[in-house]
Amino acid sequence: MVDFGFYVICGVAVVLLATQAVSNPTAFVQITVFGLADGAMYALVALGYTMVYGIIELINFAHGDVFTLGGYISAAILGFFAINEKAFTAVNLIAIVLVFPVVMLIMGGINITIERIAYRPLRNAPRLAPLITAIGMSFVLEGVMFLWHGPATVHFPDILPHGPQFQTTIGGVFVTFKDGFVMVTAVVLVTLLAIFINRTKLGKAMRATAQDRDASQLMGININRTIAATFFIGALLAGAGGMIWGLYFNNLFYNLGFRTGLVAFTSAVFGGIGNIPGAAIGGVLIGLIAAYSDSYIGSKWTEVVIFGILIGVLVLRPTGLLGMRVPEK
Amino acid sequence: MTEPAAVKRRSLMARLHLRERIRDRDQAIYGILFLSALVFPMTTLFITGGSTAYISQAAHAGTWVLLAIGLNVVVGFAGLLDLGYAAFFAIGAYTYALFASSQLGTSPLHHNFHLPFFLMLILGMLVAASFGALLGFPTLRLRGDYLAIVTLGFGEIVPVLSYNLPQWTGGINAIGGIDQPWLPAWITGPWAGANSISIIQDATCRNPLAQTQFIPCFSFGFDPVAYYVLIVILIIGAVILVSNLYRSRLGRAWMAIREDEVAAAAMGINTVTTKLLAFAIGASFSGFAGAYYGASFDLVSPDDFLFVVSITVLVMVVLGGMGNISGVIVGALVIYFILNTLLPSLASNAESLANTFGLGSLNTQKGDWPGLYAEVQRLQFLLFGLILVMIMLLRPQGLFPSRVREQELKHAAVVEEETVAEQVPSR
Repeated sequence: MVDFGFYVICGVAVVLLATQAVSNPTAFVQITVFGLADGAMYALVALGYTMVYGIIELINFAHGDVFTLGGYISAAILGFFAINEKAFTAVNLIAIVLVFPVVMLIMGGINITIERIAYRPLRNAPRLAPLITAIGMSFVLEGVMFLWHGPATVHFPDILPHGPQFQTTIGGVFVTFKDGFVMVTAVVLVTLLAIFINRTKLGKAMRATAQDRDASQLMGININRTIAATFFIGALLAGAGGMIWGLYFNNLFYNLGFRTGLVAFTSAVFGGIGNIPGAAIGGVLIGLIAAYSDSYIGSKWTEVVIFGILIGVLVLRPTGLLGMRVPEK
Repeated sequence: MTEPAAVKRRSLMARLHLRERIRDRDQAIYGILFLSALVFPMTTLFITGGSTAYISQAAHAGTWVLLAIGLNVVVGFAGLLDLGYAAFFAIGAYTYALFASSQLGTSPLHHNFHLPFFLMLILGMLVAASFGALLGFPTLRLRGDYLAIVTLGFGEIVPVLSYNLPQWTGGINAIGGIDQPWLPAWITGPWAGANSISIIQDATCRNPLAQTQFIPCFSFGFDPVAYYVLIVILIIGAVILVSNLYRSRLGRAWMAIREDEVAAAAMGINTVTTKLLAFAIGASFSGFAGAYYGASFDLVSPDDFLFVVSITVLVMVVLGGMGNISGVIVGALVIYFILNTLLPSLASNAESLANTFGLGSLNTQKGDWPGLYAEVQRLQFLLFGLILVMIMLLRPQGLFPSRVREQELKHAAVVEEETVAEQVPSR
């Protein structure tokens, strides 16, 4: 009955979009390309939210700022290379290939430290205590970035191949190398994550811990290490997301993570919180919805649309798109 | 066989002892707060030689205290996480601002309303409560965390709506020229810096019954002391109301739901209605505070109701000690002090400190260094975050946790230990 309402709303949205697609297919495809690129980045951040929520039921408010800090740190490391923003050189390629894993590992380390300091001591405290420390850590990270570069927008070196020779128009749709790069990188990372979660022993331990912490402890799983690993992997993706965001938009600001984090969290809920493929799909869908709403409704209403969807999904289908019904504990 | 009896007697004694302490500590906090609220205006007027700046700041802090008391009903009593509390604050403030200014005259409605403040206080409360009920009704059936997320979304939508509907809310330009509260007369005396006790009636106000007539009255507009008195009275009323609610059947139902929703439902509590009541009552306090805020600040802008506000109030509640009204008031005052006095004053203090220690060169801008003042100002975010983390790590239960709840948790831990101890030797 309630699900019915959900399908009706989805159906209406699809029909409305289809009429737009038929009346001006080129513009529609163009918007879709932008939406997919944005959505790929949201998906990377959303995965961290959903993994942490799945395992310790914490809305990790600091995660969006981990994402932004990833962008800041990668911009700083790229400064050490003799990069060329005018043309794509071999140095640029080496810099990107080297900095990606370095930033991911640094962010993973930072997130593990955050978990160790701010969340682990509160594992048996009232449920809201870690939420408050998460908010506190979010302020700390924003404070660090504010102290570092101040309130102004920070330039991120434009080192991906760009310019007339790296963009093309396919049937009226303008596509750049950057769009493709963002999507491919995100798909590769999400695939690696899926393989890790489903094929490795640690991934299995993470799934078990998310299902039932006490039972998995009895099975000999080291809970603390598993939770730390979850934070580490979430931050790997967020760090990569921050760098991709910088490479794509070429600017960052200290509280970028706040809004991006909220949108990514919405994506995680949309896909079914705690569900890893759900977060990836939710991120892409929210990116698309934001892009459609930007062009067809007006960008000033996009936030209302996104959070309206959030409320609608929770009311009509609380488990999200892919979530399973979980009995109340 | 004698051992269980001994355990029982001891715990009973401990419990009796504890009951006294509950009364003592919370009564003591209330007493201290009340006395300091009483002497605060006189003292600051005396010390500063007649400046009312501190008094108006204290009145502003009172708004936050009201908000924290209201959120405590939702988060502390019923255990529901509300991350969009500022939305109801906004609804209360806008209700007052729209119906007590010339704003609606320029809106598509083309008609001004100038309803009196004390009526609007109630109306703002009702409007916010009905929005709370509207939002809560479909969502409270869901699991606890989903409510947090729905309120988060709602809290994001409300300010965006007020930005995007300028024909109604004034958008980014905000609503100004809001009517001040007024009373037929007001008493002033030495406590407010006057020379003698006298009755003030120095303005003309719209007659609430015949809107075109004006009658002599006392308008709050120019008097921080009046606002201060008003907010103190409102807070006292709210505290009495909420502590009575807490001790009522409804309050016990909230506690039962907070501890175990399934068990509470099995005991015959209608969980949806009970949670809805907590949510709506919490929202109504926020609407109440919003109406006061609109009147005292004379400006209602979407910027005042962002997510940060919801988070700040939540921090006040959790930090003060969830479920304990006196603790929550202290939490609100502490956080307000840190955010509005301690952190902003840090920069100029650091500057003068550097001068006294002969490090004046730090104060001037040089290359990448923006000067000590600017640098310390940038530190504010970081320091606030660190303070939050530190306090939560040191006192995860909050500064003054509810004694009842503390005892429940302690008791649960003891029972667990005892059962383990009993089981081990028998096997």
